[in-house]
Amino acid sequence: MENSLNGLEVVYEKVETLTDAPMHYCPGCGHGVVHRVIMEVIQEMGITEDTIGVAPVGCSVFAYNYMNIDMQEAAHGRATAAATGVKRVLPEKYVFTYQGDGDLAAIGTGETIHTVNRGENILMVFVNNGVYGMTGGQMAPTTLAGMKTTTSPFGRDTATMGSPLRITELIAHLPGAYYVTRQSVHSAPAVRKLKKAIQQSFEYQKLKQGTCFIEVVANCPSGWKMTPVESNKWLVENMFPMYPPGDIKVPKPPAANN
Amino acid sequence: MPDEFTHNITQKIMGSIEGNSETKLMKGNEALAEAALRAGMQAYFGYPITPQSEILEYLIIHGPKRGSVVLQAESEVAAINMVYGAAGAGARVMISSSSPGISLMQEGISYIAAAELPCVIVNIQRGGPGLGTIQPAQADYFQAVKGGGHGDYRLIVLAPNSVQEMADFMFDGFRLTEQYRIPVMILSDGALGQMMEKVTLAPAGSLPHSAKPWATVGKPPTREHNFITSLHIEPERMEEINIHLQKKYQDVQKEVKFELHNTDDADIVLVAFGLSARICEKVMDLAREKGIRAGLIRPITLYPFPSEIIAQIAETAAAFLTVEMNAGQMVEDVRLAVNGRKPVFFKGRMGGMIPTPEEVLAELESIVEHKLMHA
Ligand SMILES: Cc1ncc(C[n+]2csc(CCOP(=O)(O)OP(=O)(O)O)c2C)c(N)n1
Repeated sequence: MENSLNGLEVVYEKVETLTDAPMHYCPGCGHGVVHRVIMEVIQEMGITEDTIGVAPVGCSVFAYNYMNIDMQEAAHGRATAAATGVKRVLPEKYVFTYQGDGDLAAIGTGETIHTVNRGENILMVFVNNGVYGMTGGQMAPTTLAGMKTTTSPFGRDTATMGSPLRITELIAHLPGAYYVTRQSVHSAPAVRKLKKAIQQSFEYQKLKQGTCFIEVVANCPSGWKMTPVESNKWLVENMFPMYPPGDIKVPKPPAANN
Repeated sequence: MPDEFTHNITQKIMGSIEGNSETKLMKGNEALAEAALRAGMQAYFGYPITPQSEILEYLIIHGPKRGSVVLQAESEVAAINMVYGAAGAGARVMISSSSPGISLMQEGISYIAAAELPCVIVNIQRGGPGLGTIQPAQADYFQAVKGGGHGDYRLIVLAPNSVQEMADFMFDGFRLTEQYRIPVMILSDGALGQMMEKVTLAPAGSLPHSAKPWATVGKPPTREHNFITSLHIEPERMEEINIHLQKKYQDVQKEVKFELHNTDDADIVLVAFGLSARICEKVMDLAREKGIRAGLIRPITLYPFPSEIIAQIAETAAAFLTVEMNAGQMVEDVRLAVNGRKPVFFKGRMGGMIPTPEEVLAELESIVEHKLMHA
């Protein structure tokens, strides 16, 4: 691609792994950013021809309209089952899922645990925005204690509605989990770190050592009823104490005598 | 897990038949599983449930070394969605279960039908409703032929009545599902799954794989990206998709298959599928010995349903007796086909009970005796 244009330098452009379709996401939503970094990594690694993505029902149900790679849209909660089907018949390909918290930690909890427990060699990208975005901001398993949603209008009452579920810590205990990390998209440095984690995960996938799992703590301005700026501030102050960013499980470096 | 005994038996069978066509004594479930491998199956996903667990047990031994993925899923819900993924990636895929497990799969089957993914779904039916019994039944007829899950879709439904057909229909199933991109269901039952009979297995490799340019296998620079979806948010588009599906269901009508026995001169015609049809062959013979001119129509495809031939026979026969192992399900389709021209009677046993030829014969005789037939 041309690097200079009438003496002007191109410092950023859309990757070919994204289509030209305008995204339907709300202004300031984290989904668009996560889409972009995954697609950047795929383009930069040159693995478009070898990658299949699976996005289930949720705000990102139309991911296949934006991600210019082969994609499957899965039923609500079943992305990792579908991804297992893809990966088992195409074991040399890169496979990733892109799931919301309702999908991965409520209706699809069984699939989540068993996919990781089998150590499926896939990458699971888990966008945790603390609500059911697509259906209009209902309570999710990750909704914070006391947090108001349309189905916890007086705030999540942990005595009757359960506590926020840290599913990432939970699956990190499973032997099939190879690399487990929690990242976010609220700032430019955070986005850069997320991108590194995604690249690392695709590199790991080649090793066939188990599941890579990236939780992305993301804002949902519409669901949280805030402006994008407010939502990012709220994320740092309220989501991070419950969902602190950082690596949770990293592969052991190979032994010196190996 | 198969015990050592069954394991040794299957090893012995396999040692002698791999690679060519051969006649053996086999259990229905195992014949079906062996035929699936010979028909070029590339992936199987299952979950244990009686009376079909032998399929998973057989395949976990023989599948992987003959090039098929075989995976025990954490549930039927996961299993059917694994089928979605693998079929979407272009593999020749099969899944099996029994009634409660098939109920659990319905959302996934609806997605598969909508996304037009080829696959074969095997239902070794047991008696219900609920947890029911592990004894054979035909009570999932409605679920199989009318759609089963949400939305306007159909499956191609094949009803075997022997161990031989359990094997043969795997080949037919893969051929049909790949040709029409409509999921195929093999609607069998616990008796056919469990019984042992002589079976001739077709040689491996006799069903070629056709190109699947729509599959998600990784996007080369030379084509647009492929995606598998059942989402069409604009109702105008969703209706177009429905029209397209309905057109395929019209096209598939030409694949209708049935068997006729003595229908030419029959006064009273039995209609039955699967195991019930075998019982009705006996009933027909017993009736003929008694001088009653009985015939038998055996639908082999339950969808498409052989309505036309039933309508034709309604011109000459005086009455019909539908026999099923349920409370009366296929009889509704027989009545639609007969369309009031002749009386259609029903005899059924439910909840895992198998009708005896004698009790069906008694029903048939009482219809004749009471002159309930319209000449
Ligand atoms: C079986 C089933 N139940 C419910 C729904 C409705 N539904 C669609 S998306 C969704 C929740 C999505 O929330 P999440 O997974 O957190 O993703 P987000 O939209 O927040 O990105 C629900 C409940 C559905 N499509 N299918």
